[in-house]
Amino acid sequence: MPTLKIDEKEITVEKGTTIIRAAEKLGISIPYYCWHPGLSIAGNCRMCLVEVEKMPKPQISCHIQCQDGMVVHTQTETVKKLRQHVLEFLLVNHPLDCPVCDQAGECWLQDYYMKHGLYESRLDENKVKKSAKAVPIGPTIMLDSERCILCSRCVRFSDEITKTGEFGIFNRGDHSEIGIYPDRELNNKYSGNEADICPVGALTDRDFRFKCRVWYLKKTDSVCPGCARGCNITIEANLERPQHGSGERVMRLKPRFNDDVNDWWMCDAGRYGYKFIDHDRIMEPAYRKDGQLKTLDWNEAVAGFLTIFRAMTAQSKEKIAVLLSPQMTNEELYLAKRLFVAELGIKKVLLVGTNPDGDQDELLIRSDKHPNRKGAEYLGLIEEKSSVIKVLNEAEKGDLKALLVFGQDLVSLYPDQKVDHLLQQLSLSAFIGSNHNFTSEQAQWIFPAATYAEKDGTCTNFEGRVQRIQKALPPLGEPKPESEILMLLAERLGFHWPYQSQEEIFNELSRSAPQFKGLTYQKIGKEGIKV
Amino acid sequence: MIRTKTVKRPELNLWEKLYFPEVFRGVLLTSKHFFKNLTLHAFHAIGLFRKIAAAVTIQYPEQLWKLPGRSRTRHRLTKREDGSPRCVACMMCETVCPARCIYIVAEEHPDPNIEKRPKSFDIDLGKCVYCGFCVEACPEDAIRMDTKILDIAAYSREEMKLDMNELLNPTIAKAISAKP
Repeated sequence: MPTLKIDEKEITVEKGTTIIRAAEKLGISIPYYCWHPGLSIAGNCRMCLVEVEKMPKPQISCHIQCQDGMVVHTQTETVKKLRQHVLEFLLVNHPLDCPVCDQAGECWLQDYYMKHGLYESRLDENKVKKSAKAVPIGPTIMLDSERCILCSRCVRFSDEITKTGEFGIFNRGDHSEIGIYPDRELNNKYSGNEADICPVGALTDRDFRFKCRVWYLKKTDSVCPGCARGCNITIEANLERPQHGSGERVMRLKPRFNDDVNDWWMCDAGRYGYKFIDHDRIMEPAYRKDGQLKTLDWNEAVAGFLTIFRAMTAQSKEKIAVLLSPQMTNEELYLAKRLFVAELGIKKVLLVGTNPDGDQDELLIRSDKHPNRKGAEYLGLIEEKSSVIKVLNEAEKGDLKALLVFGQDLVSLYPDQKVDHLLQQLSLSAFIGSNHNFTSEQAQWIFPAATYAEKDGTCTNFEGRVQRIQKALPPLGEPKPESEILMLLAERLGFHWPYQSQEEIFNELSRSAPQFKGLTYQKIGKEGIKV
Repeated sequence: MIRTKTVKRPELNLWEKLYFPEVFRGVLLTSKHFFKNLTLHAFHAIGLFRKIAAAVTIQYPEQLWKLPGRSRTRHRLTKREDGSPRCVACMMCETVCPARCIYIVAEEHPDPNIEKRPKSFDIDLGKCVYCGFCVEACPEDAIRMDTKILDIAAYSREEMKLDMNELLNPTIAKAISAKP
């Protein structure tokens, strides 16, 4: 355990820790481009030079390991001058592209120039032009080698993390440039991360390209609902300038560092899977009669639905089925269980979310495409395909009277069961969900629900880690979060529920479900907690 | 601690206290202007001394006030040599605008060396405060406020909006609808 001094501050670190890591622990920031905590050390940008006493030359702090008795200086005049010169070198062939560059605003060249550069340009020569600008190198990434500073992060990412090896550095000297090997395409499942790790505007996201400027974005911490991994993300939305992004509000998703879940990465399916938040939404409650859809306000819709539902709960409870979804949060599943099982005594409350045979890999992607199956399991809701099929068969025979479906599309999940007729045969069918699908097209009563970006709550990933999702935007149109819909139903049915917020629901849940015992939103925090 | 400075009221001297001399001086000044204007207008009527203005009042709109060279007036977008807008839709003006009256939508430019261009560029003159920040923020000298157009009026808020075509060609006067 070497003990060393950085800028007069003493620290003891694990053997093998690099100076840049030790400085980070002390809260001393050393600028860097090529170093990335998730990748191997290349040491080629030279931005992180520091002075180490008794060493003849300045050293790169990303590579030099801490030794006992080392004395490091990061703020001397020499170091400051070195940073300035290194930056000047990196910017020698960099174009003055900032106005059209999507990276502007979150560009490390801009940031470090303002922090460490601030020199007068001395370049009289013409810049060395690299090959074509704005080349799409795959479905997700645009390459502009002119802007590249050759940090080689992208090369190391494709070599070490995805192990696909699409990237290489070609040519020599100041003609060298980053590129894709001939006949290759950047189409791996994690290609979007290349735009994240690129510290400059050389690799930019094609999906985000020119949609809006990064400083317009409002960032909210959340969790990706794309699969059971529950990658930590930030939802970046543009709420104040609706002219951008052709009416979409969520502009992009970015991974958020969490070394217990997703490190620095997220997969492309999750990254670009946000479109449903602003497209194909169910905007207001509606009632369908003889194929005619009539939009209603919440009061009318709930009242109309409950007059039939109330009569049914009184007469034939066994003929009602409720299909919940592992897309719902812990709080919503808890409330649904409380309302339908505890308060109303309905037996057939099932979980539906059949696993489409999704792909899975060792890095992040899980075959289960639902974010909260584990949470449902902890609340006593385990999906059994046979019992769902049994319920659907009963419905076909006419033994079932009412079916309430939360979120999921039965038609695509159970294509063999002829659900489209089936929903029409029932005397009461309701769909509570955010987006249009085959089931919502068939159901009699439609209640619009908020998407994960529009509500608070918690989800439990496949390892049993409880993580928080947070409201990033107001619901589009009239939708309410499922929990509010359930509370509204409960209130109209005459139950007095005391909840004021999702947190209160969770507190009650943590008292009743043993796995969640003792948990609070404070304890879950930003990074989640494993139960 | 705020210091207060007491200002003494000017007191009338003996000459002013006599009252009538000062009243006569005022009448003389007014009469001077009256007779000057009367004479000049009479000369103007027969076509003499037209270059000397008869009264301070400007006969707007036949006669226009000469604007100072750097005054900020209605915006225009400058053009490249081929006539396309210089604007690259960097959103600097949109960002800096304190009135939020600029609305730009960006799109891909067919030439990858330009890369980005505005698909639409609207300014809501009903909101604009003529601060000139957009001109200062522009890195491409694509927006200027030198059209010398100040008489902007419309019957509805919608008509106060200028689109890219109108901004590129300031000679197109916005047709004001005949009736409100």
